[in-house]
Amino acid sequence: MFDIDKWQEILATIKKNKMRTFLTGFSVAWGIFMLMILLGSGNGLSNGVASNFMNDAVNAMWIWQGETTIPYEGMKTGRPIQFHNQDQEVVQKVSGVGASSGRYFMGNTRYSYLKESGEYTTITCQPELREVENLILNEGRFINQIDILQNRKVVVIGADIKTALFKDSVALGEYVNINMVPFKVVGICTEPGSTRNRNAYMPLSTAQMIFNGSNRLHNLALTINASTLEESQAIEEQIRTALGKQHKFDPKDEGAIGLYNKLENYIQTMKIFQAIKIFIWIIGIGTLIAGIVGVSNIMLIVVKERTKEIGIRKAIGASPSSVIGLILLESIMITTIAGYIGLVLGTGLMEMINYFMMQSAGPATDQSETIFLNPTVDINIAIYSTLLLIVAGAIAGYIPAKRAASIKPIVALRDE
Amino acid sequence: MIKLNNIHKSYVMGNNSLHVLKGIDLHIEQGDFVSIMGSSGSGKSTLLNILGMLDNYDNGTYHLSGNLISNMSETKAAKYRNDLVGFVFQSFNLISFKNAMENVALPLYYKGVPRKKRNQIALEYLEKLGLKDWANHMPNEMSGGQKQRVAIARALISNPKIILADEPTGALDTATSYEVMEILKQVNDSGITVIIVTHEHDIAAMTRQIIRLKDGRIHEIIRNGELKQFQKSYMKELETA
Repeated sequence: MFDIDKWQEILATIKKNKMRTFLTGFSVAWGIFMLMILLGSGNGLSNGVASNFMNDAVNAMWIWQGETTIPYEGMKTGRPIQFHNQDQEVVQKVSGVGASSGRYFMGNTRYSYLKESGEYTTITCQPELREVENLILNEGRFINQIDILQNRKVVVIGADIKTALFKDSVALGEYVNINMVPFKVVGICTEPGSTRNRNAYMPLSTAQMIFNGSNRLHNLALTINASTLEESQAIEEQIRTALGKQHKFDPKDEGAIGLYNKLENYIQTMKIFQAIKIFIWIIGIGTLIAGIVGVSNIMLIVVKERTKEIGIRKAIGASPSSVIGLILLESIMITTIAGYIGLVLGTGLMEMINYFMMQSAGPATDQSETIFLNPTVDINIAIYSTLLLIVAGAIAGYIPAKRAASIKPIVALRDE
Repeated sequence: MIKLNNIHKSYVMGNNSLHVLKGIDLHIEQGDFVSIMGSSGSGKSTLLNILGMLDNYDNGTYHLSGNLISNMSETKAAKYRNDLVGFVFQSFNLISFKNAMENVALPLYYKGVPRKKRNQIALEYLEKLGLKDWANHMPNEMSGGQKQRVAIARALISNPKIILADEPTGALDTATSYEVMEILKQVNDSGITVIIVTHEHDIAAMTRQIIRLKDGRIHEIIRNGELKQFQKSYMKELETA
């Protein structure tokens, strides 16, 4: 196989028929180029959407209160459900629930520091919220358990609030007035995937005590441990049942509590992307097959053109297998080299797109919402594609080669 | 050396069957110099192709160097051709994108001789045929006679027992034809059986045995003694013409 002579023979024919070789190679290169672009775009889209999901924990779940819409145990519809601190404990007991945090909404709250002031959203929470929302701390720390237990008047402010109130001066350790009550700033945070960091986080217990919240909650944020859609739906149902028991509403009542299951969405979206990926592969392979058919076609013509030469070789003593080898290797060589060129150009283009997107997005890349991220094909797929090409080249060459080998020398010699 | 026994061959074309060889019995000894003559359609080329294992026959037996040649696999036929037979064709059949030396060396490639060695041997053969300076020329840069000499060198390089030549002078002028025949005579003198197909009487007269075919059968065999007779009658034919 690695006989210099054989390669020289192949090179000689390739050199003699540059146009033909170019056209053959082009169809394959185009096929693999398109495959790379399709796969790259598919990956980019799916990476982009996946990274958007990552802004919060993928397995996050939010529960909020509503009104009953189904009569239950003699009570009529339209009954409002009010969450209390013990509801969090009920939910926490459901198996499969990870971290959880209750939240009490204070509406718009006025923040002021020295002469600067502004209205921002205050989220009152427990330490676990950080895990649910994937918050990033730029400075300081997040709310901790001791803050909750001692009802400390501390606050973690969003990066934008810090800029607005404190400008360039140090905020950590300073006291900021929230609705006229001074709170100590213990941390500055940003939310991934958001351009607005105008939320502040305060210990739940402190807020309930100071701002007249009693033990009421508006909202529960939690993470769940599930890996499949079915598991997450089962947990969802258990939570509905547990809360239904607590507040006396029908577990099937969709209106009594609102529930957003991020994992469910994530899994469904990923399923769609799986389907898109398969679709892309089908199209890509289809393009590739078109290229292979092209090669096969041209190789058939090659065999026809070289009938006489093959006849001479056979008269001189070439065995059928050596003739098959000659044609097959030529085909494999053309497809492999052309395919490799297509591969390099395709991945090159995708890398370039990636580079320019990174450039234009600038440092805000991991802050902004993108639906197209890292549109590159991983090295394994590139390797598999190359292997696929070599196999394809062999298939493309086999039929013509078989035909060439079956030519009787006498028939070939008569061919003028 | 060559033993043909009642060889039949017919070509099927659609519904028609063309019976080309209708029972050929032939004996050719090692070292013979034989020409096969006959009008077109008499089956002379078919006979040569069967002798060269380029084509198979329908009926009868063909022994070459004691081996029965019948319906063997392509691979085996290729091996026999490579070992026993050298071909010379009317249209030379050199490979157009190879130079003279590479063309001559090609049979050795299929014998598995390493590149350097076979090119060296090819040069030796080209030198014998007076073409050493043309070793690096492509076939389209050579004259017909030169091409045929390259083809003969190619036929000889694998040390065959038989040279089969199908109208070796068909595409050459008279002077070149005689040159080529002179070369073939020298080849024969070295002990190699030479069989040529021709329709030219002067060419045939240079061989030592003439087999005339007519309608797929051997019409007559003219041997050494009678050859002078043949030459005479041929001269007469020429005069009357």
